[in-house]
Amino acid sequence: MTDPKPAVQLEHVSRHYTMGESSVRAVDDVSLTISSGEFLVLLGSSGSGKSTLLNLIAGLDRPTSGNIQANGQNLASLSSLELARYRCNTIGMVFQSFNLLPRMTLEENVELPLRLAEVDRAERTVRVREALESVRLSHRVGHRPTELSGGEQQRVAIARALVNRPKILLADEPTGNLDSATGEAILSLLRELQSPLRMTIIMVTHERPLAEQFADRLATMGDGKLLSSAPVAKGVRQ
Amino acid sequence: MKPRDLTDLALRNLREAILRNALTTLGVAVGVASLVAMLSLGVGLQQLASKRLSQSGLFDTIFVTPKNSFRGMGRPQREVVSDKPPRPLDDDARKELEKLPNVIEVYPQIRFFTEVRFNNKPFGTVVAGMPESSRNAGAFDGMQGNFFSSPKANEAILQIEFAKDLSDKPSSLVGQQLTLRYAERQAIPSTSADTGADTTGGFSVVPKELQLKIIGIVETEPAAGYGGYGNARLLMPLQTASTLRAAQVNDLRDIVRGNTENKATYASLSVRAKSPSQVEKLEASIKGLGFNAFSLLDASKSLQTFFRVFDSLLGIFGSLALAVATLGIVNTLVMAILERRREIGVLKALGAADTDVQQLFFVEAGVMGFLGGILGVAFGWLLGRAITFGTNVYLQRQSLNPIDLSSVPWWLMIGGVIFAVIVSLIAGLYPASRAAKLNPIDALRYE
Repeated sequence: MTDPKPAVQLEHVSRHYTMGESSVRAVDDVSLTISSGEFLVLLGSSGSGKSTLLNLIAGLDRPTSGNIQANGQNLASLSSLELARYRCNTIGMVFQSFNLLPRMTLEENVELPLRLAEVDRAERTVRVREALESVRLSHRVGHRPTELSGGEQQRVAIARALVNRPKILLADEPTGNLDSATGEAILSLLRELQSPLRMTIIMVTHERPLAEQFADRLATMGDGKLLSSAPVAKGVRQ
Repeated sequence: MKPRDLTDLALRNLREAILRNALTTLGVAVGVASLVAMLSLGVGLQQLASKRLSQSGLFDTIFVTPKNSFRGMGRPQREVVSDKPPRPLDDDARKELEKLPNVIEVYPQIRFFTEVRFNNKPFGTVVAGMPESSRNAGAFDGMQGNFFSSPKANEAILQIEFAKDLSDKPSSLVGQQLTLRYAERQAIPSTSADTGADTTGGFSVVPKELQLKIIGIVETEPAAGYGGYGNARLLMPLQTASTLRAAQVNDLRDIVRGNTENKATYASLSVRAKSPSQVEKLEASIKGLGFNAFSLLDASKSLQTFFRVFDSLLGIFGSLALAVATLGIVNTLVMAILERRREIGVLKALGAADTDVQQLFFVEAGVMGFLGGILGVAFGWLLGRAITFGTNVYLQRQSLNPIDLSSVPWWLMIGGVIFAVIVSLIAGLYPASRAAKLNPIDALRYE
């Protein structure tokens, strides 16, 4: 299912932080190529640099050195406004803590990226309905996030991430706050939605069994470095 | 983000913390109310002063005299610039003045010192003829009795001070008769030795009497003195006064200067302009026709300057409360940033640009300013009315006429709202810029 043309290409990417007099190498000289339509999982213990790498790909942060090419754009050359447009049109993000806005209804939460992309009101309504239908929550459009279970909230977050039809979906521990059965259901949903949208998924997790079950490739990080990157054997995934 | 979506989101945010935002808006409203109330008092006082002065008819009137008019005793004579005799202020001149643009009317000043008899006692006073147009000039508003029943009526209106001289109970004078004794001017026909034609060689002065019915008493001074004339205390219709042919100062002057033309001349003419703003131009045109022209425009200009300074001072004091209210806006929005830190992070992660976040906070500040401005103008108006009401209660207890102390003109209403919005936007500058600069990664990590 993967397209040989790379969706994301990291070349010697480093991100260092200065804390007092010491320097922390959160991401240290990482080079990685992720093909279009690929489902890559970044594995590693806490503090290994997975989330920092995800933020760099999302354009929320800039690398100290190295180059990031995403969807044919060199992120280093983009201005702050262009990075915002890139996040709006190319990237979808799913977080561990869902990050839905509690005072908005599900419909309004999902509509938010479309408002930022200045999509017409009439088209917005159609696309929000479609997105909520795809995560099987169209019957709860008027509800608020607090009225939903964790799994349902994460499904809304996925609908919000997909409503703008992104090329790349970045998921930071999307199952971290869910029980294993719900987590599995969420990843199953992501897998199901990936093919029709021809989307590249980069997911951070520390749950190897779950990753092996759904990912095309596993990349392992430790102390900011990329330790390994290997495709998941077909038998294991099945 | 589109302006409509931006406003939508801003209104939603404001509704979420409704109590805090309502209190902040109320703070702005109180600030604007104080500003509007102060300025409304300034404007009201200005209007009151202007009204009182315009009631005298002095600010839209130009007093025209011939160039050879008498100077006051002891004052140096004007420099003679031409050998030609000065233009007489006669009927031809009057017609010419009436044709000038923006002139409402031209009427002669009939004003003479004479004796009035009441209850067989003599009283000296200056009599003035009042044109029919003075009925609506405002000077006679609130008078006791009535204005002249017709332009030719043998009726008199007394100024209160003169009425007090006549009787201890001035109001009892209305309806009574008084006798006006005056000197009528009668031309002496003389025959020229050469041609045998009649020419006016002078006039004789014949004492006459006229019965006038007192129909009103006025407290203002509708015929205040100018150019050396005293204030007129007995007012009668201008047409009635002109038929008396009472001898006036210029009659003597014409005889002395040998005005032999058989034409009546006026000591002075009053030219009324459509509005005080046209007085200056009109005055110049009249001077161009070869007459002296005089108006109280300069006094009016000084008054306007005084009120501008006065209004500015009131505005500064009124703005102090608004300055405090702006701190409230800054505080509310900074609190909102702290509370909505995570939300700002989510918005940025979803693709909001720094400018989107900045504009969102700007709109929130602007909406608070707009609503506060509208409320403030309403409160300010109410405050002004309350002050006027309180003042009038006091004035009525002192047996004085009520006054309209405050005035909220449309420019003050619109200006108050615009000022509130501008001040609120300035107050929103810092919070909006702080929200825009928020690092999305830190914001998303924030619990």
